[in-house]
Amino acid sequence: MQAAPESQARRKKRSKLDRGWYGYLFIAPFFVVFLIFGLYPIISTFQLSLQKWDGLMPAVQIGLKNYARILGDQVFYLSLWNTIRIWLGNAIPQFGMALILTGIFTFYRVRGKNFYRAVFYLPNLITATSVGLLFNLLLDGDNSPINQLLVALGVHGAPISFFMSKTLTSGLVSFVQWWMWFGYTTVIILAGTTTVDKSLYEAAMVDGATKSQTFWKITMPLIKPTLVYLAITSFIGGMQLFDVPLTLSNNLGDPGKAVLTVSMYLYNQGFKNFNYGYSATISCVLFLFIAVMSGFAYQAMRRKDGAYKL
Amino acid sequence: MNKPKFRFSALTIRLMLIFLTLLCAVPFLIVFINSTHSSLDIVKQFNVIPGDSLVDNYDTMQSLVDIWRGFFNSVVITVPYTLLTGYFGAMIAYGFAKYNFRFKNILYAIVLISMMIPSQLSIIGFYRLCLKLNMTNSYLPFIIPGIANATTVFFLRGMIEQSISDSMIEAPRIEGCSEFGIFNRIVLPCIMPGVATMCIFNFVASWNAYMGPLIILQRKELYTMPVMISMIKGLYVTNYGAMYLAVAISVIPIMIVFAIFSRYIIDGLTTGSEK
Repeated sequence: MQAAPESQARRKKRSKLDRGWYGYLFIAPFFVVFLIFGLYPIISTFQLSLQKWDGLMPAVQIGLKNYARILGDQVFYLSLWNTIRIWLGNAIPQFGMALILTGIFTFYRVRGKNFYRAVFYLPNLITATSVGLLFNLLLDGDNSPINQLLVALGVHGAPISFFMSKTLTSGLVSFVQWWMWFGYTTVIILAGTTTVDKSLYEAAMVDGATKSQTFWKITMPLIKPTLVYLAITSFIGGMQLFDVPLTLSNNLGDPGKAVLTVSMYLYNQGFKNFNYGYSATISCVLFLFIAVMSGFAYQAMRRKDGAYKL
Repeated sequence: MNKPKFRFSALTIRLMLIFLTLLCAVPFLIVFINSTHSSLDIVKQFNVIPGDSLVDNYDTMQSLVDIWRGFFNSVVITVPYTLLTGYFGAMIAYGFAKYNFRFKNILYAIVLISMMIPSQLSIIGFYRLCLKLNMTNSYLPFIIPGIANATTVFFLRGMIEQSISDSMIEAPRIEGCSEFGIFNRIVLPCIMPGVATMCIFNFVASWNAYMGPLIILQRKELYTMPVMISMIKGLYVTNYGAMYLAVAISVIPIMIVFAIFSRYIIDGLTTGSEK
């Protein structure tokens, strides 16, 4: 071991510079795998959206024909509307419930807070296909457990044929999604509130603010970044909804395609009808839709944020 | 007289929390209870106590499709995938956290952007890639991407920057320890709690993955648990007992993982979102 004549600081700096290229070695695996399994499929999907391909014969370039077709495709519009409606139907009550629970856990001394947090979060971890089938088993048929319960309680119109009604089926998909996600949203919002300085609440209370005033005027503005993050990720996830409507309905999104989502439609076009090109086009259009809407939402919420400060 | 204002009384709060708890738990309870009843029992009445048809249901279930095969297949994909996300996630995070090199910020931006991409939308390209690589009916397309798990990198980079000081790396470097040796012997053990947390999340995500395996795996004996579950309704028709049992079996592993690790899972979720 030789003693270095340079100062400790210079030595440290040089050794860091010397070894800098090791950084590339450490991060290289990410980029190799991402290029192959992440980026290539994206580029390939875009290429395919300009082609006609049935999976057997070589793909044929057809320009923008797939895009022209999608513009007039009523089923695509229906599936897009279904997806948005199902998302709105679960996102709004989900955020509402999560905010109510956040208010409760912040302003009231509730015993077993961690227990509730865990129980509400559990449905989020369970396999979505199992959840879909589970609720199908609980609801489908005149003798299903839920119908037996409704009949026993003397509910008017029971037993109910849940999956014969478009409205009920769509509402149930929203409900199941809500059931799977309200706990997750609550946990994340609660985490956001823990960064709020407790003394702010105390100061507000001393000044005579009510609990609801404190919540709307102090908590809400401070957890806004968390809410924006949650809203955008929820939208991105909601637009790709696939497992639950598939397994909750009869795998086809019936009755009357009421819960046929865009992801189900693109799956059917590709892997049932073997129109891989058109299926890729649906992916690209949905991708564009998600990107544009998320961008708008982000901008809108930021602008509103700015107005707040003025 | 003052207008009566709506306020949450302690009782309303308690009732609401109990109602939500039941809403989350009862569907699972019904599944567990009905999996021990015969199909006739299930159709005839609402069961609240366990029955005695568990073995019959099990035989019916196994006679139509081998659930344990799906279970085993899911394990074969999920375990190596999870280990890859943990090891490579830590390694890549370490590269970004403790080395300085050109284009570092741009490269890290790519990692962050890849987190936001809705991956399900490139599924057709993914399928085409697997055809080209001759990897349909193979588990590799679900295992190898574990190396490039952006969320794990993001989470562990923050952790390394907070908990590993430069002197902890400099000292063994002067002693002549190799760069990979430092990572394996000093950095990795120090950040193990964070690695474990991310591994739990990745395990659950991989176990639950549906669309990918549905498309890539065409041979029935390769089906994973979620793919099998989604096909059960058509297979078992009116064998409700067997169906409930299959759902119960698919749900139990996650419940066990959650029962053991719920604290880590919720803490991980919480710290991840604070960044």
